[in-house]
Amino acid sequence: MLTSMTLIIALYIFMLAAFTGYVVISRVPSILHTPLMSGSNFIHGIVVVGALTALFTATNIVEQVIGFFGVLLGAGNVTGGYVVTDRMLAMFRPSTKKPGQSATDKKTAS
Amino acid sequence: MILIEYIVGLSGLLASALFIYGLKGMSSPVTAVKGIVTAGWGMAFVVAVSFLQAFRVPDDVLPHLPVNLGLAVLALALGGLLAGWKGRTVAMTAMPQMVALYNGMGGGSAAAVAAIALMKHEGGTPLHLGVTVTGALIGCISLTGSIIAWAKLDGRMKKPVRFSGQQVFNGVVFIGTLALGVMTVVTQLQGSSDGGLFAMLFFAGALFFGLCMTAPIGGADMPVVISLYNTFTGLAVGLEGYVMSNPALMIAGMVVGSAGTLLTLLMAKAMNRSLSNVLFSNFGASSGQAVQGPQGQMKSVDPADAATTMRYASSVIIIPGYGLAVAQAQQKLYEFVKMLQAAGVDVKFAIHPVAGRMPGHMNVLLAEAGVPYDMIYDMDDINDSFATTDVALVIGANDVVNPSARTDKSSPIYGMPILNADQAKQVFVIKRGQGTGYSGVQNPLFFQKNTSMVFGDAQAVLSKMVETLKSLGTN
Repeated sequence: MLTSMTLIIALYIFMLAAFTGYVVISRVPSILHTPLMSGSNFIHGIVVVGALTALFTATNIVEQVIGFFGVLLGAGNVTGGYVVTDRMLAMFRPSTKKPGQSATDKKTAS
Repeated sequence: MILIEYIVGLSGLLASALFIYGLKGMSSPVTAVKGIVTAGWGMAFVVAVSFLQAFRVPDDVLPHLPVNLGLAVLALALGGLLAGWKGRTVAMTAMPQMVALYNGMGGGSAAAVAAIALMKHEGGTPLHLGVTVTGALIGCISLTGSIIAWAKLDGRMKKPVRFSGQQVFNGVVFIGTLALGVMTVVTQLQGSSDGGLFAMLFFAGALFFGLCMTAPIGGADMPVVISLYNTFTGLAVGLEGYVMSNPALMIAGMVVGSAGTLLTLLMAKAMNRSLSNVLFSNFGASSGQAVQGPQGQMKSVDPADAATTMRYASSVIIIPGYGLAVAQAQQKLYEFVKMLQAAGVDVKFAIHPVAGRMPGHMNVLLAEAGVPYDMIYDMDDINDSFATTDVALVIGANDVVNPSARTDKSSPIYGMPILNADQAKQVFVIKRGQGTGYSGVQNPLFFQKNTSMVFGDAQAVLSKMVETLKSLGTN
């Protein structure tokens, strides 16, 4: 079912992805460090897809239990990571830059 | 059937592109919101499409498929709703520990994927099994390590756990875990019936090592540690992506792995600490006793007097720290600031790179209270202004204004860049008690001649200050 991937191609993918991550992040102002860490936390939540694949092919109760928890934890990573990042970044909406904005826009933003 | 394979594969490709594009967007305040939304759509799409895989499972799975699908939907709904609800409702001050918690979940998920891959003997080559086990090790460390980090930041675990010979003990646990990992691979290759036992011991060892590794690290270093475990989870996901022949996982995992490494180093640099220093030096273990506290007497002053002084000053710089956020006093502070501004006082905020619990955390907290951007200054931009400023108001911050970081070579925080609050003509420090800061180091600033302490909870003190200004009127 799964096509085997040669080691070399895998290393190419890893190498290119590593440079991509480095370049994308390298010029970030420090005020965005926390949201960005949270954002990358959300992105590695894609592990839930791997957990889903594993759970779909489970053939006994042990695999089903482990797969269930894998998907559960992965879903938590994805949703939690997204919500937290979104809430943090909502603070950076242009409207908050205007002086005299009240704190109520926290509620409208979320 | 082949069509499904293409659709699933292409959805991963699309998601990878959206993740990278989204991450790029998140690196600028202007496009940040769009960035996370873009990445979010990518994720929703790839998760939805992954259900198509149910149509191409091997025949021996078919009898279990309805149960598997049901479990998948249940797990997605349960995990998503719980984490989403918690993430929506948690206070902004608690964000760092939530990031830690969600990150640990990802590590656990990667470990679960590895466990199933081991049970299924997929691939079966030494390389394949080695990668599986390595990913599992990193994922497990990230899971339990992140839980400890969460507990520390959440105040559930107050003191670092330290004992003599700890590093040797941790080293033994790590080597033992590695040995179990090797045994797991070997027994899997031989198809020995002991394989399951070794795998279980290996997972237990890896989880235990995560606890051991994180327990001795002090709370002040947790942001760096969380960022490190974020990197770990990324790497674990990337490795498990290889195991599952899923390039989307490989790309997303490795992008996070390298971006996370960079972020971790940037954070460590902002705190003037090297990574090995954070992980192995047991920061603050002896500082309380070894370093002599500064001599002299703290002066304390009434909130009303301090407020009056600021009302008739021409310039005030405010240095907010985590104590402000804990007291939930940002709104009150901004109210106070607006009244000062109405009275013609020039007010600025000075933010240390590690104010709050993480770089940028304090900016988020002030933005939440509605403080406009143009009043907030980074350390490098404002540090020269203190000498010409009338009043520096320190609220719930301590280590970031400790002058011994500049002068005292024996101080554990020596060399850390600090805000030059001590150079202002008058310094007010709002503080709950006479205790030391997060690093456990005494602060000579509090004993300076031009410093007055305003003891009390930030919320209560600022309320009194606002009342004082009201009674003085705006002219």
